[in-house]
Amino acid sequence: MSTGTTTTSEQPDPAAGIDPAFQAGYTDHPQRLGFFTDTSVCIGCKACEVACKEWNAVPEDGLLLTGMSYDNTGSLSASTWRHVAFIEQIGRPGELAGADGARWLMSSDVCKHCTEAACLDVCPTGALMRTEFGTVVVQDDVCNGCGYCVAACPFGVIARSDADGGAHKCTLCYDRLGDGQTPACAKACPTESIQFGPLDELRERAQQRVTDLHDQGVAGAQLYLEDPADGIGGAGAFFLLLDEPEVYGLPPAPVVTTRDLPRMWRHVAAAAAGLALGALAACLGGTERTP
Amino acid sequence: MAEAHPVGFQWVMEAKARGAKLIHVDPRYSRTSALADLYVPIRAGADIAFVGGLINYVLTTEKYFRDYVVAYTNAPMIISESFADTEDLDGVFSGLDRENRLYDADTWQYQSGGVAPASGARGLRPEVLAKVRQAGRGEAHGSHGAAAHPAPDTDETLQHPRCVFQILKRHFARYTPEMVARVSGVPEDQFRQVCELITANSGRDSTTAFVYSLGWTQHTVGVQYIRTAAILQSLLGNMGRPGGGIMALRGHASIQGSTDIPTLFDLLPGYLPMPLAYGGEDLDRYVQAETVQKGYWANTREYMVSLLKAWWGDAATAGNDFCYDYLPRLTGSHSTYETVLAQLDGKCTGYFLFGQNPAVGSANARLQRLGMAKLDWLVVRDLVMIESATWWKNGPEIETGELRTEDIGTEVFFLPAAAHTEKDGSFTNTQRMLQWHHTAVEPAGAARSDLWFIYHLGRRIRAKLAAENHEAATDMDRPVLDLTWDYPVAGELDEPDADAVLAEINGRDASGQPLSSYTQLTADGSTACGCWIYCGVRAGGVNQAARRKPGREQHWVAPEWGWAWPANRRLLYNRASADPDGRPWSERKALVWWDAEQGHWTGHDVPDFVADRPPSYRPPEGATGVAAISGIDPFIMQADGKAWLYAPAGLVDGPLPTHYEPQESPVQNALYGQQHNPVRQLIAGRRSRLQPSGDQPGAEVFPYVTTTYRLTEHHTAGGMSRFLPYLAELQPEFFCEVSPELAAERGLEHLGWATIISARSAIEARVMVTRRMTPLHLDGRTVHQIGLPWHWGPNGYTTGDAANELSHLSLDPNVHIQEVKALACDIRPGRRPRGPALRELVRQYRLLAGITETTGTEM
Repeated sequence: MSTGTTTTSEQPDPAAGIDPAFQAGYTDHPQRLGFFTDTSVCIGCKACEVACKEWNAVPEDGLLLTGMSYDNTGSLSASTWRHVAFIEQIGRPGELAGADGARWLMSSDVCKHCTEAACLDVCPTGALMRTEFGTVVVQDDVCNGCGYCVAACPFGVIARSDADGGAHKCTLCYDRLGDGQTPACAKACPTESIQFGPLDELRERAQQRVTDLHDQGVAGAQLYLEDPADGIGGAGAFFLLLDEPEVYGLPPAPVVTTRDLPRMWRHVAAAAAGLALGALAACLGGTERTP
Repeated sequence: MAEAHPVGFQWVMEAKARGAKLIHVDPRYSRTSALADLYVPIRAGADIAFVGGLINYVLTTEKYFRDYVVAYTNAPMIISESFADTEDLDGVFSGLDRENRLYDADTWQYQSGGVAPASGARGLRPEVLAKVRQAGRGEAHGSHGAAAHPAPDTDETLQHPRCVFQILKRHFARYTPEMVARVSGVPEDQFRQVCELITANSGRDSTTAFVYSLGWTQHTVGVQYIRTAAILQSLLGNMGRPGGGIMALRGHASIQGSTDIPTLFDLLPGYLPMPLAYGGEDLDRYVQAETVQKGYWANTREYMVSLLKAWWGDAATAGNDFCYDYLPRLTGSHSTYETVLAQLDGKCTGYFLFGQNPAVGSANARLQRLGMAKLDWLVVRDLVMIESATWWKNGPEIETGELRTEDIGTEVFFLPAAAHTEKDGSFTNTQRMLQWHHTAVEPAGAARSDLWFIYHLGRRIRAKLAAENHEAATDMDRPVLDLTWDYPVAGELDEPDADAVLAEINGRDASGQPLSSYTQLTADGSTACGCWIYCGVRAGGVNQAARRKPGREQHWVAPEWGWAWPANRRLLYNRASADPDGRPWSERKALVWWDAEQGHWTGHDVPDFVADRPPSYRPPEGATGVAAISGIDPFIMQADGKAWLYAPAGLVDGPLPTHYEPQESPVQNALYGQQHNPVRQLIAGRRSRLQPSGDQPGAEVFPYVTTTYRLTEHHTAGGMSRFLPYLAELQPEFFCEVSPELAAERGLEHLGWATIISARSAIEARVMVTRRMTPLHLDGRTVHQIGLPWHWGPNGYTTGDAANELSHLSLDPNVHIQEVKALACDIRPGRRPRGPALRELVRQYRLLAGITETTGTEM
């Protein structure tokens, strides 16, 4: 996988959406890289979880039998940057079940590396940064642990660590990308459920895959966060799901939580201006009335 | 396969992407089922009925590949008049010696006669014969079974009432879809769906592959499970052809390698049988007994002499039978379970454990520990402090008070072992492919490779013997002193050179040059070869197993990735991929073919046939060995060159697979009056109580079918996973899987505790209530199954009871494997008792079920 050859020096075709690296000031940057997680071929082996923890030295975080099928990880967190969800949809004769009668859905979740990333918008220290590959990473040595990003993330991806107080999440293996390497999770995935590469290629591949699945009669197959026109401007890590996002514990129509900020700030500014004018008027009026 | 072999499963996913249909048959709905096109829940222990039903379907609907069956299988062979089938004898075959609980296979053979089991033990007293049979002669010669007459009577119309084909039809006639449903719980419509999918995908243009793992082998009829699949695949023409076959997934990375160059008591390298202590054998008599008249086993002497030369070098001469007398002799079965009994009897006083954790991983784990407690010394070499090294201080028997640490005399040595990343060596996978791995990091601390340990242990023992005895070395010491033990060592650790070992395995000629093929081996002592089937792995002095040319840089057979035995063939018996005239059955499924112009076999793979033997060749009268292989005999290691639908020799429990209930089953055999495999190996007697079964009184005390299995997140007995935080957190506790229906019946709560009880012990597990477990409806009753992932034990980062506390010591008689895939248990809510109360609970269950020393031992 080559990651450093093709560059864009200007804002590309608007149909492809925003170029976040360009917006962040990388006028000459490599192709935007991301993940396409095709859950239709996930076998739930959790190699992605282990490879991620091994490579990034993310700590083990407890022996808890959750009882949620084979998912003993629970959710993404400061100490879990890949999380495989297991959803049992198994009926008994005469009962409604999954689309195919019996399904055990498995899906490896990860940071979405949003095109419009609220975590990055709200970070007061600049610890969260956009990389030249269009991904979003936390700089551990800059993060002050304020936690604004935690509340801002529409997916509950980023979290603070109790151990060091800092915020942590998937870096899309920024250190590996720099060396032209595939991120650890995608490298370990035995069935290519996690695909890594230039985002535009992944989007193309994903469209083809969803079409193929529909042709095979898998009606529920759908892409999630692939569309640059969605509420986060499309994700750098998007998914092919076999059921509705809610089934996997994913928000159905996420919106960048900072989307309304400019409007809010305009309102605030208007209100502040009104207040100032009123105060001025009061002062002036007072002057008038005061002998 | 996705569950236990996720890395290999990528190829299944690739096949799926190319349109392959995936059927998964399993008692539990696993991660494999999740990806399958069709999931078929089955009662554990009923697979012979299920696959037997498929055979019956193929025969009655005439969907077998007739041209293939007539030419390449033993379907036309006529069987001895004295043979009587299970159809005639209500579930047993002719030749059953009820007193000694073994079969005399003489009546099973071809009409043409002259067939004898290659036990090398003819004319022995019955009690000696029984011991010899128990020594597992069925395992000898690996793939091919045993000797048969080269030119039997046949009927190519397949009409003769005693031809194999007709016997097969009669034998499986009662395995109807209705019977399959009654026995296995697979509904008829689902069974028919499987029948149609498999037959529609077999023939000239398509092939179907079977993949099995320990769910098929760990039964009292384990070998016959595989035989059933072999019959079906041979009938469908799916053997020796691309995309066909029967793939054995192994329990570890190099289990194939550990049978090729065996860690088994009854085999020498390359499936040469271990000599027997009875009958006064010398090399000539050994060779005479083990040699097959036809095919490549006719060269047994060449293989054996070359092996002896590899081991004893210059000391091995024609004058001393090439040191044949140095080889150990079998006095009976010395399988791992008999070794435990020998420990309990005080006959086995020392024990080496290399990467094996019997205190958790072997059947009736308690008995394993009690056996080790009788040893003088125990050496455990492992990566971590496994239970087999610590049972003397924290084992379950310390808790129950059965053992007290201060009373145990066993001296236990724990020696840390190097991991595969810390040493050079090879893995041999199920495709018989060797892949070399190189040292990535030096082992830490005192950890050493197995090669280091064995080499230096041997070196020190030899030095001691030499110093003690010098010229007066006794005969007993000579086999050790005369060994070629000259491997170069390197580095700070004096690590022996693994490549030098590979060179010894590969073999050399008289001038010391590496051999390139086993056809070069001689019987005169001029060649040495440590394992004849591996000959060529270092052809040209180059480690062929270390080749790593990516698949995309070579053609689809990928012959330059690693090296596969024999002769780098990727598909065994691939002569069968061409029709009798030597043309591929279809272009789509072409693999090798006869090139008439050039006068030799050619194709994508290395042809598995005599290179220049035309399809038209028929052996002259009296031909033997390789010369006796006809141009239409693809199965060149078989004594008759054919795929055996019916096994006239080589198996100790019948020429045809027959459904028997597991040793412990809540179900009565619906197919025959005979409940169990009559010659299953019962070894433990009073030491490992067995439960009543089927309709017997007391069987209702253990009403639930129980099976053990693996989880992706853990590895076998847990030594390589329970101790690792990153893996332990993914499956952090031992649990049992039950259906909501069973949970309701027994008052089990999701995430609560359950106690599971057998006649051996009781264990506790967290409860996982899941619809992935299906209640089965068979023969008018509901059968519930309990699933137990067996990875846990008392040590490590995640701890729990070991499922193997529950299992018994009734074994498959061919290969002595334990039956841990189909047990019967009871389950109740709550944790198990602590201390002596645990044994009291088990005692109460035994009383309730009326269990005595003889329960379950009936034939």
